Amino acid sequence: MFEIAEKKQLSHTVALFKIKAPMIAKKRKAGQFIIIRLNEHGERIPLTIVDSDNSEGTITIISQEVGKTTSMLGALGKGDTIMDVVGPLGKATHIENFGTAVCVGGGIGIAPVYPIAKALKAAGNKVISIIGARTKELLILEHEMRKTSDELIVTTDDGSYGHHGFVTQILQKLIDEQTKIGLVVGIGPVPMMRAVCNVTRPYKIHTVVSLNPIMVDGTGMCGSCRVTIGGKNKFVCVDGPEFDGHEVDFDELIRRNRSYLKEEKIAMEEATYHEGTRCYERR
Amino acid sequence: MDPKEIKERMKIPRQAMSEQDPKERVKNFYEVPQGYTPELAMQEAKRCIQCKNPLCVGGCPVNIDIPWFVRLIAEGKFVDAAKKLKETNALPAVCGRVCPQEDQCEKVCLVGKKGQPVSIGRLERFAADYEREHAEVTIPNIPKWTGKKVAVVGAGPAGLTVAGDLVKRGHKVTIFEALHVAGGVLMYGIPEFRLPKKIVESEVEYVKKMGVEIVCNAVIGKLETIDELLLNGYNAVFIGTGAGLPVFMNIPGENLIGVYSANEYLTRLNLMRAYQFPEYDTPVLRGKKVAVVGGGNTAMDAARTALRLCPEEVTIIYRRSREEMPARIEEVHHGEEEGLKFMLLTNPTRFIGDDEARLKKVECIKMELGEPDESGRRRPVPVKGSEFQIDVDVAIVAIGNGANPLIPQTSPDIKVNKWGNITVNQDTGRTSKKGVFSGGDIVRGGATVILAMGDGRKAADSIHEYLATGVW
Ligand SMILES: Cc1cc2nc3c(=O)[nH]c(=O)nc-3n(C[C@H](O)[C@H](O)[C@H](O)COP(=O)(O)OP(=O)(O)OC[C@H]3O[C@@H](n4cnc5c(N)ncnc54)[C@H](O)[C@@H]3O)c2cc1C
Ligand SMILES: Cc1cc2nc3c(=O)[nH]c(=O)nc-3n(C[C@H](O)[C@H](O)[C@H](O)COP(=O)(O)OP(=O)(O)OC[C@H]3O[C@@H](n4cnc5c(N)ncnc54)[C@H](O)[C@@H]3O)c2cc1C
Ligand code: SF4
Ligand code: SF4
Ligand code: FES
Repeated sequence: MFEIAEKKQLSHTVALFKIKAPMIAKKRKAGQFIIIRLNEHGERIPLTIVDSDNSEGTITIISQEVGKTTSMLGALGKGDTIMDVVGPLGKATHIENFGTAVCVGGGIGIAPVYPIAKALKAAGNKVISIIGARTKELLILEHEMRKTSDELIVTTDDGSYGHHGFVTQILQKLIDEQTKIGLVVGIGPVPMMRAVCNVTRPYKIHTVVSLNPIMVDGTGMCGSCRVTIGGKNKFVCVDGPEFDGHEVDFDELIRRNRSYLKEEKIAMEEATYHEGTRCYERR
Repeated sequence: MDPKEIKERMKIPRQAMSEQDPKERVKNFYEVPQGYTPELAMQEAKRCIQCKNPLCVGGCPVNIDIPWFVRLIAEGKFVDAAKKLKETNALPAVCGRVCPQEDQCEKVCLVGKKGQPVSIGRLERFAADYEREHAEVTIPNIPKWTGKKVAVVGAGPAGLTVAGDLVKRGHKVTIFEALHVAGGVLMYGIPEFRLPKKIVESEVEYVKKMGVEIVCNAVIGKLETIDELLLNGYNAVFIGTGAGLPVFMNIPGENLIGVYSANEYLTRLNLMRAYQFPEYDTPVLRGKKVAVVGGGNTAMDAARTALRLCPEEVTIIYRRSREEMPARIEEVHHGEEEGLKFMLLTNPTRFIGDDEARLKKVECIKMELGEPDESGRRRPVPVKGSEFQIDVDVAIVAIGNGANPLIPQTSPDIKVNKWGNITVNQDTGRTSKKGVFSGGDIVRGGATVILAMGDGRKAADSIHEYLATGVW
C-alpha cells in the first residue's frame, strides 16, 4: 500500500499527488514513469514521475481524468492509499549540454516536460519553454516551469491567457528568428507531438518526444506498448518512453490508443461517483 | 512384493479423473479435471508395484520418492504423502497439474511398459489438494539465523524454490518480484481452468509462512541493480526472471488492433482478470473469429482461453503437421473437445485491417514438410502461390518467448548467450559474476515448471555452500 501524502487540484480535471514511495524517490530520474493499480479490481496505468523529494520519501505525479482509473484516482485524497506502485520504469532522459534546449509541453504533457526541463537546466542548457493548453483553466505548472526556464512562453488555444494559438506556432517563430536550437523536447497529446516534429523536421533539429501507448506490465513482457520507430518494432516501456520524434509512426500510435474505446466507455458508465465515500464504485 | 500381488495389482485399470463436460466448461473458467476422490486415489495408488529400482524416480527432474508417497496414499495416509512430496517438491499441487508427466515420470513407469502407467501426476495433485483442504498445513522447523542474507529476483517457480530451500537452512531470504503478485507464469500465463490461482496463492503463502519475505512491485535493474543488492547487505543473489519477452513474426500488419502476443493476451485475462470485465477494470478484445498462431502449450492455453469468451470460432494456425506440435497431447485433446479448430501446415504472411486499423483478415500460405532441420523435425516450406485469406478479428501470436534484457543491460558482467539467456555452470547455477546464481527459463529459454524448480533446488544447494565457505 502506498499512501498519498499530499494532493493539490491543479484544474477541474487535473490533480497533483505526492505519494510515499521512498525507494522510487531515491532512484528515479527525469523521463521515467511508474505504473499504479488502485485496488484489487484495478487496471495498471502508467504515469510520469514529475518530481521527487528524497527527504520526505515522496514522488510527485500529475494525473488528468480521462477515463475510469484516472477518475477514481482523482477522487482520492490525502491519507488514502494506492494498492500498487511500481517504478521507476523506462529509460531516463538523455541529458547533456545541448546549448539551447526548447521544451514544448501541451496540456497534461507539461507534467512530463517539467522534470526534463529541470534536468536540462541543471546540465547547463539555456532552456526556452513553450507551454500551452486549450484554455487558461487547464494550464498547469506555469510557476514551476517559469522557475526552471530561462524563457517561458505560454499559449492557449482560445486566447484566454498568453499567446492566442498553438505551441507549434511559437516554436516555428523561434526557428524563424534564427535561434540556434540544440534540442527540442515535445510532449503532449499525440497530434501535438506529431505537429512539433513536423515543424522541426525540415531543419533537422533533434527532437525528442515521450510516447504514451497503452501498457500492461511495463517491463517488456507483453508487447502491448509496441510502436514502430524508424521501421522497427519498439517496446515503449523498456526502450522508451522517449524516442527521436522524426522516426515515430504517430498515426499507428494514435490508432492503437483507440483499441479499447468501446470498453473504456462501458467501464466509465458502470462506475458512478459516491459523494459519501468520495469514490467511484460500481452501480 | 510377491509375484501374485504384483499380478493382482497389474489387473487394476488406470483410474480416470472426472472432468467438466466440454459443453459446460467452455462457458466458464473453472478447472477442467476435477481430481480424484480418496477412494479413486487409493485404488490408483495400488496400481504401483513398488519397484525395488523405481525408474519413475529417475524420470522426475527433482527425483521425488514416488513409490514412497504413492504407498502412503494406498494406505490412506494422505497428509503424510503430501509431507513426503514437500520434502523434494515445494509445489506439488502445481506440478501434479502442469507437469508433462507423459514425458517424465510416467513415461518410464514399469507398469506402463505393459499397459497404462501409474497416474503419478494425478496422485501428486490429490495428496497436495487433500492436505490443503483437510489438514493444518505444517511449517517445517526453521533453524536459527545464519547471519546471511540472500536476494532472489523473480517469484516464479525457480525463485520460490530457491527461497524455500534457503530459509529452511536458516538464511534470510527476500524475493523481489516485478509484478504485483508472486507466482510468475503460474499467475500470469497458465489459465485458471488449468491451474486455479488460489492454489498458486496458497503455495506462495506457504513459502511466506516459512519466513521468506516477498517484495512485489520491485523491478530489479530499475529499482535496484544486482550490484546494489550485493552492496546493500545481500551475500548472494539468485536470478529467476523467466523468459518473458514476446516474439513477434515481423510480418505486415502485426501492430493492427486485435493482434496480441500470447503474453499480453494471457496477462490481461489471467493476471488482470479481463474475462470478468467490467467487474475488473482491464479490458480485452473478445473477437468473433479468433486465430492463434503456434502449436505449443502457450498457443493451446491462449486458444482455450479464447474459446471461453464465447466467440464464433477459434482456430489454431500451425506451420507444421499435428505430429510436430509441441503441445501436450492431453491439451490438444481438451481443445478439440471444446471445439477448437486446427489449420495445419499453414503460416500467416500478413494481417489485414480496416480503415480504423482493426484486424479483419489474415492472409496465410500453405506449407509442406521438407528436409529435417537441426531440431530433427521436418522443416516447413511455403507452397508457392497458395496464399489465401480468412476472416479474423482477434489474432494471438504464440510462437515463443525470448529472454528479458532488463537485468543483463544493467549488469553487463553477467554473461549471456546469443539469445540473451544467462549462462551458468550446469551443476552449480553459478553465473559469471561472483555471488550471483541463476536458473529456470532465463537460463533455459522456455522450459517447464519442474525444470525451473530443479534448477532452483540445485542453486540453493550451491548458494548454501557458497555462503558457508565464501569460496567462488
Ligand atoms: C509512459 C506514460 C506516461 C504517462 N504519464 C501520464 C501523466 O503523467 N499524467 C497523465 O494524466 N497521464 C499520463 N499517461 C496517460 C495515462 O496512463 C492514461 O491517461 C491512463 O492510462 C488512462 O486510464 P483511464 O482508465 O483513466 O482511461 P481509459 O478510459 O482507460 O482511457 C482513456 C484514454 O487513455 C488511454 N489509455 C488507456 N489505458 C491506458 C494505459 N494503460 N496506458 C496508457 N494510456 C492508456 C486510452 O487510449 C484512452 O485514450 C501516461 C502514459 C504513458 C504510457
Ligand atoms: C502460457 C504458458 C503455459 C505453460 N504451461 C506449462 C505447463 O503446462 N507445464 C509446465 O511445466 N510448464 C509450462 N509453461 C512453462 C513454465 O511456466 C515455465 O517454464 C516456468 O514458469 C519458468 O519458471 P521461472 O521461475 O524460470 O520463471 P517465470 O515463471 O517466468 O517467473 C519469473 C518471474 O520473474 C519476474 N521478473 C522478471 N524480471 C524481473 C525483474 N527484473 N525484477 C523482478 N522480477 C522480475 C517475473 O515477473 C516473473 O514473475 C508454460 C508457460 C507459458 C507461458
Ligand atoms: S514433479 Fe512432475 S515429473 Fe516429478 S513426479 Fe511429480 S509429476 Fe512427475
Ligand atoms: S515405476 Fe511405476 S510401478 Fe514402479 S515404483 Fe514407479 S510408479 Fe510405481
Ligand atoms: S507494457 Fe508490456 S511490454 Fe511494455
